[in-house]
Amino acid sequence: MMIQISFYLTLALYGVATLLYLGCLLPKAPCLAAIARKVLIAGFLAHCLSTIHRYIAAGHLPITNMHESLSFFALSIVAAYLYFEFRFRVTTLGSFVIPLALLVMIGSSRFSSGLYPLNPALQSVWIYSHTVLAFGAYAFFTIAGGVAGMYLIQSHFLKKKQLGTLFQKLPSLDTLDEIGYRCLSFGFPMLTLGIITGAIWAAQAWGSYWSWDPKETWSLITWFVYAALLHGRLTTGWRGRRAAWLTVAGFLIMLFTFIGVNLWMPGLHSYN
Amino acid sequence: MNIIVVGLSHKTASVDIREKVAFSPNSIEQPLKALLALEGIVEGVIVSTCNRVEIYATTRDIAGGIGRIRRFLADWHHLPFDLIEPHLYSYHGEAAIRHVFRVASSLDSMVVGEPQILGQIKTSYGYAAEYGTSGIILNRFLHKAFSVAKRVRTETRIASSAVSVSFAAVELARKIFDSLSDKTVLLIGAGEMCELAARHFLTNGAKGVLVTNRTFEKAQRLADEFAGQAIPFEELFDHLHKADIILTSTGAPHFIVTPKDLKAVIQRRRMKPMFMIDIAVPRDIDPAVNDLDAVYLYDMDDLQQVVAVNLEGRKQEAEKAEAIVAEEIIQFNKWIATLEVTPTIVALRTHLDELRQAEVARTLAGWKEAPPDAEKRLELLTTALINKILHQPTMALKKTGQGNRTDLYLDALRALFDLELGSTDRDDSLELEE
Repeated sequence: MMIQISFYLTLALYGVATLLYLGCLLPKAPCLAAIARKVLIAGFLAHCLSTIHRYIAAGHLPITNMHESLSFFALSIVAAYLYFEFRFRVTTLGSFVIPLALLVMIGSSRFSSGLYPLNPALQSVWIYSHTVLAFGAYAFFTIAGGVAGMYLIQSHFLKKKQLGTLFQKLPSLDTLDEIGYRCLSFGFPMLTLGIITGAIWAAQAWGSYWSWDPKETWSLITWFVYAALLHGRLTTGWRGRRAAWLTVAGFLIMLFTFIGVNLWMPGLHSYN
Repeated sequence: MNIIVVGLSHKTASVDIREKVAFSPNSIEQPLKALLALEGIVEGVIVSTCNRVEIYATTRDIAGGIGRIRRFLADWHHLPFDLIEPHLYSYHGEAAIRHVFRVASSLDSMVVGEPQILGQIKTSYGYAAEYGTSGIILNRFLHKAFSVAKRVRTETRIASSAVSVSFAAVELARKIFDSLSDKTVLLIGAGEMCELAARHFLTNGAKGVLVTNRTFEKAQRLADEFAGQAIPFEELFDHLHKADIILTSTGAPHFIVTPKDLKAVIQRRRMKPMFMIDIAVPRDIDPAVNDLDAVYLYDMDDLQQVVAVNLEGRKQEAEKAEAIVAEEIIQFNKWIATLEVTPTIVALRTHLDELRQAEVARTLAGWKEAPPDAEKRLELLTTALINKILHQPTMALKKTGQGNRTDLYLDALRALFDLELGSTDRDDSLELEE
């Protein structure tokens, strides 16, 4: 019961925060940003509470079904967003990322929230490192995707000389580039380590490091996309609009790896 | 005493003529002294900028003074008079006052409202004051011009259009680069707008300036002004990658930067964005470079569009500015009039006579046993006394009427006796000294 209450409280607070963050994009909205941030932090705390409740009730990290993992994904996105909001003071990023977190939470609420015991085969300390790393990577890639979208919009405005309200509100290209690059340089090692720890865990649980399970295959595809992006950045300084498009593409592929594979491609990673 | 103006500007002469007649600010003392040595020239100030060379002077002989200064401009620079003669303009009296007020207010500038000209005139005046070639009239005149410029700047939005274009450029740069503190500005060619924008970038924290020009000396001069680095024009593409913000305004008839040129530059820059501002007409940069991923190109029209300069609004502001100038001319003319000998003597006489009459009336009022002819006698006595007192100064003034110190005497007289004639506000001149 408590779990339900804190979950729906989180949902409601994220809903309000989303409206406030979107309101920040309106022409005359000077002080919405501060309120939006407070509501989001409240939502984040409620979310943490809900997750801890669930952790205690289930006896393991609540990421074993669609309901739980989507909720945990949203939690990771909000945590990563809050870091960037405080680090770079970019409220407009919230207008792009927080609605995504809300959508993920709504998605989560559509799935059964029943508590299930963990498959004994998966009970291992690796569950923490593998999943937390994977979710961290997902969260950073989500922010990178949002930032890349903003970069594309902002550079479109600059190229076409459409310098309206949204242009004024969006951060500079360099700031967006910096946040995007930072997201990748956090997310990519996390994804890499996530895949490695996953392989070790798989060897323990299923007896094989790599079995070309759809999740594994798609993670590898995701990994290659981000590896290409980072490689380009480190060698030739690759950035700009084309890099932003690839970052958006990487985000969509990552989303498919995370959600699509589970929904449509049965395999070892399918829940329940 | 008359104010005269002789000069040429971007409106009457091309750059190559303007350059030939320009005075170097480093050695302005000799030409100032030579100017004052001309027959009939009492005071003189030389203003020399890249867009104008003007001499402000006072003289009693308008036609002769103007003629001699026109010759002086050619002779000093060892130029044939015929070369510069068609480009020269000259004004005297009210037209001269109007001209200088308008120039100081930047109403006569190439980019109307650009703020540099005022500073340049102040500097020029500073030299004249330092070398003692400006006197009571030009001091007053130029201080008045500065205050007119100040009024125009604060009471109209004439300055905002020029400033706002460079302001818009800086704002745009902030939307690309965030911080300008590690950014380098490159100036290709010279132009008032370009320099203004570069200055704006520097005051907003840009790290350094590179300057290039087909004439290397010009680049060097401008680079010195900005404490930047001059680059030979041929080596432009060897240095282009260092620049984050590029301002161009050359007179080249064709594009000097094309997408092909930039591809290698972008690679060298590791694809970091470049902000290019093309102020030249015809344009210096192929508009196609805007399609390159890392390049954001703006031309003058784009920037003007950004600030949405309302043409109708600008016209109104210009009219307002002209009205201020006209108003100030009337004021200044009043003061000039007080420097004429006769009205001053008349004013002094009137002043003393008023005092005399008041005293006579007061004495009679308190004199109970006054004889019947007391009033007549008092009148005679006091009038004779004033006439005697005034006789010597009046003669002296009339005698020095041809000399240079008359203005000084007249001004002192006005100040000492607080003469009402052509009331000019004293506070005004105090405020100007700041």
